[in-house]
Amino acid sequence: MLNWIWIGLILIALMSAGAQDLGLIHLPEAAGHVAEKGSRMAAVTEAAFDSAKTAVNIVIGLIGIMAMWLGLMRLADKAGLVQLLARVLKPVLRRLFPDVPDGHPALGAMVMNIAANMLGLGNAATPLGLKAMEELDKLNPRKGTATNAMCTFLAINTAGLTLIPATVLGILAAAGSKAPYAIISTTLIASGVATITAIIAAKILERLPIFRVPRDGEGPPPDGGPDAGKDGSP
Amino acid sequence: MRELLQGVATTVSAWAVPVMIGTILVAAVLRRLPVYEEFVEGAKDGFQVGLRIIPFLVAMLVAMGMFRASGAIDVLKAAAAPLLGAIGFPPDLLPMAIMRPLSGSGAQGLLAEIAKTFGPDSLLGRQAATMVGCSETTFYVLAVYFGSVAITRTRHAVFVGLIAEVAGFLTAIWVCRAVFA
Repeated sequence: MLNWIWIGLILIALMSAGAQDLGLIHLPEAAGHVAEKGSRMAAVTEAAFDSAKTAVNIVIGLIGIMAMWLGLMRLADKAGLVQLLARVLKPVLRRLFPDVPDGHPALGAMVMNIAANMLGLGNAATPLGLKAMEELDKLNPRKGTATNAMCTFLAINTAGLTLIPATVLGILAAAGSKAPYAIISTTLIASGVATITAIIAAKILERLPIFRVPRDGEGPPPDGGPDAGKDGSP
Repeated sequence: MRELLQGVATTVSAWAVPVMIGTILVAAVLRRLPVYEEFVEGAKDGFQVGLRIIPFLVAMLVAMGMFRASGAIDVLKAAAAPLLGAIGFPPDLLPMAIMRPLSGSGAQGLLAEIAKTFGPDSLLGRQAATMVGCSETTFYVLAVYFGSVAITRTRHAVFVGLIAEVAGFLTAIWVCRAVFA
């Protein structure tokens, strides 16, 4: 699925830029941008190289923060804090992640990631989330294929449940808003709906034949091996 | 009341990490762990994880960068405007809906632009702000998280992310209209 989205993004970009350069489409908003770069295609080329560079810069920035949190997480893990967190939230976690054994460190790491996201601590959230993925992958019998627990975890993560959307408040305040905090309540409602939808969707879709992972000991499906329908291709 | 809430929110954000670090250190000392050695041992993995996610991040960011630079979002907006009007979705927010799962900085730029054009306290401005607040850069998260454990068969994760995104956006539009309009 990521495969098709990746191809789609690039092909749409090329077609859209090509059509504009050839004069097939005229966008009033684009006039300034095109004049500045010469052509849309030139802008697309530049963006491709810039983005590749940005990706590495992001990772370099992340390595230090990652190292710090992984160090702290190891301490928290050895001190039993991560397991404690997992035990306290056991009733909820058992329903969300039935495949993860009680008291597994993955549970604690996932809780800490979700908590960091809710508090708007982006810098802490990513390393904790990657730690959770590492722990979940230890339970994964088929390396390279996502497990149900991973998909449910990422469903909650990408639904963006936040108590204080600090960046958004900053942007509104910078634009001269008289009441930036008005959007906190609407954001909570919208992200609450998104989170519940995400959990329900994850639980339903994981059972569909095209997304299902064959269990151990089950023979490969007749239509061509365990990877048939991989990535949920349409 | 609002000021109190604001004060509590700011304090919680500022104190969360220090309190967490303090708790971890105290717990580790009580367990008589060799704290410094264990920290360094854990921190060693930071570099490996970084190296692992580079190719995934390059792939995703290049595609998103090309998509943004191509003006495809404006083309899609022009094409879909009549359809969106029919379901009560403001066409001016379509670029935001497309940009949000792709790029965090892109979505923040759009929000700043909408706030400037329509006013930060306008209905459209608040709808856009709620849309940014209620969702995540889904594709970035999926690329980085799955990339870190070398997972390429992502099964239903992308669909679930997009379904949640749409549900959040529609709720944002409707709730803001009900509360602010």
